Amino acid sequence: MSATIPPSGAASDELLSEPLPGMLGGLRRRLRWSRDPGARTPADVGMAAWWFLAPALILIFVFFFLPVLASLVLSVTDFDIYAIANPSGTRFVGLANYAKLMHTPEFWQALRNTFYFALVGGPLTITVSLATALLLNARLIRFKSFFRTIYFTPFVTTLVAVAIVWRYLYHARYGLLNYALSRVGVSPIDWLGNPHWAMPAIILLAVWKQFGYNMLIFIAGLQAIPQDLYDAAEIDGAGPVRRFFNVTLPLLGPTMLFVSVITMIGYFQLFSEPYVMTSGGPLRATTSVVLMMYEEGFRWWRMGYAAAIAFVLFIVILIATLIQFRLQKERT
Amino acid sequence: MNSKEQKRTAPLVAASSSADSSALQATGQSGGGFESALVRRRVSQIVLYALLIIGALIALFPMLWMLSASFMPTGEASTYPPHLIPSRITFTHYRELFTRLNLGRYLFNSTLIAVTVTAVSLVVNSMAGYAFAKLRFRGRDRTFRLLSLGLVLPVQIAMLPLFLLMKNLHLVNTYWGVIIPGMASIFGIFLIRQYALSIPDDMLDAARIDGASELRIYWEVVVPGILPILATLAIWTFLATWNDFMWPLIVLSDEAHYTLPVALANLSGEHVQDTELMMAGSVLTVIPVLAVFLFLQRYYIQGVMAGSVKG
Repeated sequence: MSATIPPSGAASDELLSEPLPGMLGGLRRRLRWSRDPGARTPADVGMAAWWFLAPALILIFVFFFLPVLASLVLSVTDFDIYAIANPSGTRFVGLANYAKLMHTPEFWQALRNTFYFALVGGPLTITVSLATALLLNARLIRFKSFFRTIYFTPFVTTLVAVAIVWRYLYHARYGLLNYALSRVGVSPIDWLGNPHWAMPAIILLAVWKQFGYNMLIFIAGLQAIPQDLYDAAEIDGAGPVRRFFNVTLPLLGPTMLFVSVITMIGYFQLFSEPYVMTSGGPLRATTSVVLMMYEEGFRWWRMGYAAAIAFVLFIVILIATLIQFRLQKERT
Repeated sequence: MNSKEQKRTAPLVAASSSADSSALQATGQSGGGFESALVRRRVSQIVLYALLIIGALIALFPMLWMLSASFMPTGEASTYPPHLIPSRITFTHYRELFTRLNLGRYLFNSTLIAVTVTAVSLVVNSMAGYAFAKLRFRGRDRTFRLLSLGLVLPVQIAMLPLFLLMKNLHLVNTYWGVIIPGMASIFGIFLIRQYALSIPDDMLDAARIDGASELRIYWEVVVPGILPILATLAIWTFLATWNDFMWPLIVLSDEAHYTLPVALANLSGEHVQDTELMMAGSVLTVIPVLAVFLFLQRYYIQGVMAGSVKG
């Protein structure tokens, strides 16, 4: 404890005046609310710090880190509906759950669906976000905060509620989307009933819901780019397009990485949209990895098996994040 | 002539903050002169506004339709060609939600849970964030790194064992089952820490020399100093808790405890044909979060921009 570095001159004076008071003494002094003539050592401050941290750390450890570790253990057991009543009957099964997953076509389909959603929906969301950010950053435009608020609104809405709204907008017969398309000569599409269209429909909703958040981050990134760089590029004769590719895009690098990683991690966790709009159908075309985990774990109570699904998802997200960091490093 | 025009342009450009660089470029290079640059500026302005307005309509349309359909008489939202405006405004669906379908109860549950989580998490996260930012102690950096690992772990991994844990604590199907896991958040601690770093050390040391206890320093010096970020975190937590779906769906099995999103998803299964009723339910779910956002958006938007870029 005494090895702690004093934070400032004042504190080191205290250290001299009262060397190493007992921890208990420090605690007693700290708990007293009134003015305290005694000095405080860095060790006291250190103890106080742990008191400040304790509630958060205990909560996060017990209700997050511990379950994550337990999940790893759960995934190598045959924990199921009988084990909930009588956990002692649970057996260690090694990697059997993982092996079973590898031989389950439904799991591969869920993985494919999730990748489809993340790899098409993610870049699409980022493109729309960047485009609106550029639009809102244009110097010719006024009422910026007004438009910014409107664009951000979908992000704060309740996903379940807007998913229900969009389900009706996608209705094959009465939906407004098909009506609008019919006006330009497109024949009706059974958006949520057709296995080929269900995932694009969910992607469209996700883009609408999410782009506002990324847009805000891009705006902050754009505002941080110094104006002289644009001026210099302009003197060199670069037009708007070349200025975008040679100045804006490279300087947005860190922002782009942050946005891509956040968006991708979020999109790999797809759950509510298919749960509400399609129940994973039609023909399991929108069953995501998390939805499958939910059904196996909380509908059929095959918790060991479901934990294995959750861990595969984690590995996938981890690898995808590392790839993004690597790509970013290579670019710079 | 040309140079005279440019001289005239210069102060104008300097004065008007909305002068676009492409317009500037046009005057600088071309011999076209002032007027054509002005026309070009006007045209690009119109194009930009048109794009912005189209985008705004797309962003708002689903919510406007939801609102409109919620007032339509039963069956009107399922007609072809579709109606955009109710032929007659009716509050039947809202009345049915509150009388027959218990919506008041879900509204109460959602509010209770969101308010409790917000209040508790503000205290818990701000104490931890402040400690990481301003107090020196052994193992600080190591603990912080360990916590940041948690940011890449998807919460769904924790849910299966968390459910079993809650079951053992007899917290399944209680409000606490939803509230407790939301009381501390790694993201919240990071947000507070980032902001608290800017509190001057001298201020804290002066309070220490005055003999103020650490708890008192936190309450009387630190908390007033980080109020803006506390507002951000409060809004963020409230909205996230209100909108949360998967965990409440798992841990709440009895209808009496349902939050609005869970109840709504449940209703939409039974009442799939009642478009107008479902729209009224969606309106009631979305209105509170929209109100919170619109009134406090200044804090919220600043927080999103600051927390993400620097953090």
